[in-house]
Amino acid sequence: MAALTRMLSAKRGFAHWDWTDWISYVYLVFGTLLMFGPVLWLVFSSVKSPSGLVEFPPTLLPWEQTRVSVPGQTASLPLFKIAEGDHAGQTLAEIRKIGLQATMVDPAKPDTTIRVPAAGLKKVMHLRAAWENYTDLIAKLNFGLYLWNTVFITIVATALTLLVNSMAAFALSKYRFKGREPVFMVMLATLMIPPTIVLVPNYLIAAVLGLTNSLWGVIWPAVATPTGVFILRQYMLTLPDDLLEAARMDNASEWRIYWRIVLPLSAPALAVLAIFSVMWRWNEFLWPMVVLSRSESFTLQLALNSFQGDLETQWNYLLAMTVVTLLPVTIIFLLLQRYITQGIASAGVK
Amino acid sequence: MRWAQSRLRDGRLGWLFVAPNLAVFGLFTFLPIAINFWYALTGGTELLPRNRPFVGADNFATLLNCGNYLDPNSCVRDTFWHGIWNTTKFVLLQVGFMISFSLVTALVLNRKIIGRGFFRAVFFYPVLLSPVVVALIWKWIVQRDGVLNAALQSTGMSGTNWLLDPSWAFFWTVFVSIWAHMGFYTLILLAGLQAIPRDIYEAASMDAASPWRTFRRVTLPLLMPSLAVVFILGMIRAVQIFDEVYVLTGGGPGTATTFMVQYIYNTGFAQGVREYGMAAAASLLLAGVLLVLTAIQLKGMMRGGRGSAH
Repeated sequence: MAALTRMLSAKRGFAHWDWTDWISYVYLVFGTLLMFGPVLWLVFSSVKSPSGLVEFPPTLLPWEQTRVSVPGQTASLPLFKIAEGDHAGQTLAEIRKIGLQATMVDPAKPDTTIRVPAAGLKKVMHLRAAWENYTDLIAKLNFGLYLWNTVFITIVATALTLLVNSMAAFALSKYRFKGREPVFMVMLATLMIPPTIVLVPNYLIAAVLGLTNSLWGVIWPAVATPTGVFILRQYMLTLPDDLLEAARMDNASEWRIYWRIVLPLSAPALAVLAIFSVMWRWNEFLWPMVVLSRSESFTLQLALNSFQGDLETQWNYLLAMTVVTLLPVTIIFLLLQRYITQGIASAGVK
Repeated sequence: MRWAQSRLRDGRLGWLFVAPNLAVFGLFTFLPIAINFWYALTGGTELLPRNRPFVGADNFATLLNCGNYLDPNSCVRDTFWHGIWNTTKFVLLQVGFMISFSLVTALVLNRKIIGRGFFRAVFFYPVLLSPVVVALIWKWIVQRDGVLNAALQSTGMSGTNWLLDPSWAFFWTVFVSIWAHMGFYTLILLAGLQAIPRDIYEAASMDAASPWRTFRRVTLPLLMPSLAVVFILGMIRAVQIFDEVYVLTGGGPGTATTFMVQYIYNTGFAQGVREYGMAAAASLLLAGVLLVLTAIQLKGMMRGGRGSAH
């Protein structure tokens, strides 16, 4: 024990822990449980069968009551171990329970029923991961369509976002033209107009353009973002103008200069914007809900929402669908954490 | 040729490159603002602006028609006023607690901690989850047969149907939105803390200043710009709270967790008779609040802080 304490308190360059260290670690461990525990609980719950999900009290691992099919019985029967009385120690299947009495049957001798007090019954449990929660999503629940809609929106919108914003950033950082500063200020000013306050007119414009219930109705409004212009412009300002001049000497067209020189050199900033764009589009909710009302055009987020609003929520499918929805974001985070946190710390975007 | 190109470069080419961006902004940001005013000043249920009868300030008058502004039930549009008061309460509680927790977390993470990268990632992770996912994660935990009630019962306490009790439902909207967003503010505050020069702390320890005194006299004043940015940013976001709450509670029970954006959404899109004019008028009132907050934020940005929304 003393050795353990010594090992734990061996800190880089510090001989002893004072109380503030202890408080810090207690805070962090508690915080970790609170921040990550709920996600783990979701993931573990998502491989439980419907009968495992309603077990109370709930367990972390997918325990569920064992059922057997008994000749002569139409449905499969739940297994119980008898804890007391004449049949103590036997494992029997329950046919029905009326009041305090349960009618049981021995699966080995299906012809004779046995009556025992219901109080002495202990469920026979076994572990089983219900992977069918995941496979059924595609087979039964149109999940493939929602996934495809979401992937399509995310990829197309991100590609267009990069193109449209980098073009603007290129002009705003590398050309001197009348109106350059006002244009930049006007673009930044759009930061002040969050989409929540122009829902009605945006819906009208989407309707007039025939974009309602079309994935393009989610894509187009998203492709110009002030944050994107800002990040890219700030980065392009650091690229030396000499490079562009040298290319012009070689008679490169302006489009070629943008496409072959400036864009490749801006890769780090483009990567940051791409990551953010993917997150924004994947997670977007309110605007898609307004513009996409038919279930064929639902994104994952909309499908999750409508699914959880059903009167009879099938939690096993809902949980599995939630896990699939958070998976891509989690993978991106694990791989690109550094870019994400740096991007946020430097531009303050989310 | 080169002459022509350089002339173009300084003139039309620049505009050509910004044109796609401006077109999208124009169509989906600037034009909508103008149209929004027209919607707010017209009535009826027609979507097409030319079919809508002009009603002047009627929509605003209806929204603001109250016997007593402190009592939503005395208002013609009581849900709107429930929304306003709920949002006010939410912003004060959520931003206050969230910034406090973020500050404490940032201070802890700024220490020489083993596994700092891991802990920072853990606190940040929920920020990336979608609001729908966040709401479902917590709905699964606090539902009647959920793990929270089971844990409470195992310690002898009795659970409750959390989301069906108005006060508890409100508590959970605040709690869940803090859980989902505090990592973002922690990160910005941590960057602010790390920007404080080390030698100032060394000077403080030379003077044998107590940790509390160092915090009060060195850390807090130097962190003020970051704190101010985070505070305003948090308010701008909190005023627009919608997604998580909509999935978690649907605005209920009753109107206990109905906030302003949900009122706009319900009025304009979710009711049988869509009242576009009323929704637009409400959104203009919300825009007024946001404009004030954003003006404060931009003023801070000009002075060298950071912070923006997408």
